[in-house]
Amino acid sequence: MLRFALLRILSAIPTLCLVVVLAFLMVHAAPGGPFDDERVLPPENARNLAAAYHLDESLPRQFARYVSGLLKGDLGPSYHYRDHSVSELIGAAFPLSLQLGLLSMAVALAVGVSAGVLAALRRNTISDRLITGMAMTGISVPVFVVAPLFVLVFAVELRWLPASWSGDASGRRFLLPVVALALPQIAYITRLTRASMVETLSSDYVRTARAQGLSLFSIVRFHALKPALLPVVSYLGPAIAAVLTGAVVVEIVFGVPGLGQLFVRSALNRDYTLVLGVVVFYAALIVILNLTVDLLYGFLDPRTRNP
Amino acid sequence: MKAVPYILRPRRARRGLPGAIGSFALAFVCLLLGACSANDMDDVQTLHRGIDAEPESLDFHKARSTAAGDVQRDLGEGLTGYTPDGELVGRAAENWEISEDGRDYRFSLRRDARWSTGEPVTADDFVYSFRRLVDPATASFYSQSVIDIENAAAIVAGEKALEELAVTANGDHELHVRLARPTPYFLALLTHPSMFPVHRDSVEQHGDAHARPGRLVTNGAYTLVAWELGSLVELRRNEHYWDNRSTAIDRVRHHFIPEPTVELNRYRAGELHITDNVPPEAFARVREERPGELHVAPYLNIYYYGFNLTRPPFRDNLELRRALSMAIDRRALTESVTGRGETPAWSWVPPGVDNYVERQLPYATLSDEERKAEARRAYRQAGYSDHNPLKIEIRYNTSDTHQRMALAIQSMWREVLGVETTLVNEEFQVLLSNMRAKEVTQVFRSSWLGDYNDANAFLQVMLSDAPSNMTGYSDKQFDSLVQRAAEQTDPERRRTYMEQAEALMLDDHPVIPIYFYVSKHLVSPRVEGWGDNVLDYHYSQHLSLSPE
Repeated sequence: MLRFALLRILSAIPTLCLVVVLAFLMVHAAPGGPFDDERVLPPENARNLAAAYHLDESLPRQFARYVSGLLKGDLGPSYHYRDHSVSELIGAAFPLSLQLGLLSMAVALAVGVSAGVLAALRRNTISDRLITGMAMTGISVPVFVVAPLFVLVFAVELRWLPASWSGDASGRRFLLPVVALALPQIAYITRLTRASMVETLSSDYVRTARAQGLSLFSIVRFHALKPALLPVVSYLGPAIAAVLTGAVVVEIVFGVPGLGQLFVRSALNRDYTLVLGVVVFYAALIVILNLTVDLLYGFLDPRTRNP
Repeated sequence: MKAVPYILRPRRARRGLPGAIGSFALAFVCLLLGACSANDMDDVQTLHRGIDAEPESLDFHKARSTAAGDVQRDLGEGLTGYTPDGELVGRAAENWEISEDGRDYRFSLRRDARWSTGEPVTADDFVYSFRRLVDPATASFYSQSVIDIENAAAIVAGEKALEELAVTANGDHELHVRLARPTPYFLALLTHPSMFPVHRDSVEQHGDAHARPGRLVTNGAYTLVAWELGSLVELRRNEHYWDNRSTAIDRVRHHFIPEPTVELNRYRAGELHITDNVPPEAFARVREERPGELHVAPYLNIYYYGFNLTRPPFRDNLELRRALSMAIDRRALTESVTGRGETPAWSWVPPGVDNYVERQLPYATLSDEERKAEARRAYRQAGYSDHNPLKIEIRYNTSDTHQRMALAIQSMWREVLGVETTLVNEEFQVLLSNMRAKEVTQVFRSSWLGDYNDANAFLQVMLSDAPSNMTGYSDKQFDSLVQRAAEQTDPERRRTYMEQAEALMLDDHPVIPIYFYVSKHLVSPRVEGWGDNVLDYHYSQHLSLSPE
């Protein structure tokens, strides 16, 4: 197990290096620069700015400067947000994205798995159709429709909840973004769980267990649930990565100052160091998440433990 | 008793899934139950304002966006400033004398002006700040705006020492500024946040990171107490401010909201007192539902299409440029495409600029039919016809409004002239770099926002060597008229030069003025002291909140 984990960690290093090189080249290749605007700077000012941020150096030297900083854990100053460093900006944004992402995944798991199991147990009944129908809707209705709708209903009309992050300082501000972010995940997990549970329930050992007179509840709870959850677990890694990195719309609609919207803004602003910083950070995060899921998978399914 | 195979034996019960579901359900009910209490808005003394972006910096010398300016005007104070209605008045300077030749300014500073630390604001503070602004090491976006101060240009270019900047202190309360040439709008320039003083000790102590809560020392009505990255900045009353007694609002929160629809929702939910914008799609409804809260006012900002004059088909083809300009029905565009009170643009300098009457394109007064006929005549004269139609591209940055504008203009050009137009939308930075390169661009969309209330803020853009001149327009006579205006101290003569310059440039058609923007705000009925003005400056210190 330990060897497996170590191997996976080592194999992630070249991936990360490649990400850094590619991201650096791509961000510098994009047209425009961090200080470009409709109000074009006079050449002297442009020169002073370039000098202040070492943009007047050759690309290889800039790269060497960046990597040597990176090795010391320094992601550099932000070119757009001139009062702050990239580490400060990511450090402020990521904890929010993490809380939001984990909360919504927890909600999605709790609701999705229960609904999926219920649907599988009541296969082809009205409740099954209702649940599958709702899941289908959850997958098809995009978050940029659901999120503003939530704001209109719960914040503007009913005034039960804040319309945005900075409209309230309490935990209530989590509620709408978490639910909006969780909905598509709930839908997907419900469908996954249902399909997998249906298959598990028709397997031989479940039939044996039934033949032995075990109650449906204990069959599901103690025998069927764990194997039926395998597909859900393997979905979990990419799903968490997706809610952590892809919450841009939810963040913008609810004004959550998370990493997703910061990333989008940094790309639009050609904030080279911030784009790079977030890309490297995301890459490391995804590597870690995938690793965790692999390890978790090994724990749930012994067959994968010794390849 | 039945023998149960090992693998099917029930194990000890664990509080697994059902337990987790239960906890979450409980947590959510709790959140919902807590959801009905009153929110922050009940605090009478706190003003909530929306701004359209996070300030890139609150360092007066490093910012450049309007969002940063909105916050900085609450924090600091320059020698001059504006009243709510846009009248220029002394702020840190009590009064001033200008020499005959218009090049020497002697400012008497307020003796009661104080930093937020309680220390007096002195002439030396201004000397230090002006030097820092032009210091190449500061790398300010706005050092250009004081380029008219003697030696400033050479210092920015790294050719002279900072000490040679012609800003000197005479005692604690007199500041002397010598300009390289008379700059009649100099007092207006001084209202810009880049001219606000910075506090020497804290800048020297904290360097680049001095503009932070707890460190930033300011001389305005408010001080910075919190900056939640990505979300808001919070300002509190500066107890040491010389005019603190007139400040009504204790606390100001500037919320960063890039999306106007999100901002509108927040306003409607009661989380904001003032919005920065009103989204186009909701404008009609807002006007109907909240006419008293909607403030639409002229704004020094023009939306225009530029021609690339360095390449065919527009190089040396004035008639073609005229034809395309005349074929555009600006009234139809402002009524049906933008529809938020914008005014059709027939001039380059927006209406409402101090000491100036904008010049109009000669065909501004023609009827639609006459103008179209004239357009067709010019089009033929330029060498195009139905059999030999012009084929061109309009480039614009990706946005719904720009797209609709381009579509409308495409159809007007097709209908009136038979031009075959291709629409090319590009991400903003891509468009900018294309505009600057002047290689692939033919017709491009752009806009220009005046930084100060003077016609020069617009005319200087079209100078041959102006960095922001993306058309390649270069006319010696225009350059010389603008230059002469800048050196002229007599306001009437200066105005004449500028009007001549504008008329000349309009006739040359390097650009098609399309419309003048308006500022659009929703202002809660509780806010008092709001004044509309062409610069769209609204200092929080002039506002107050009435009880609900």
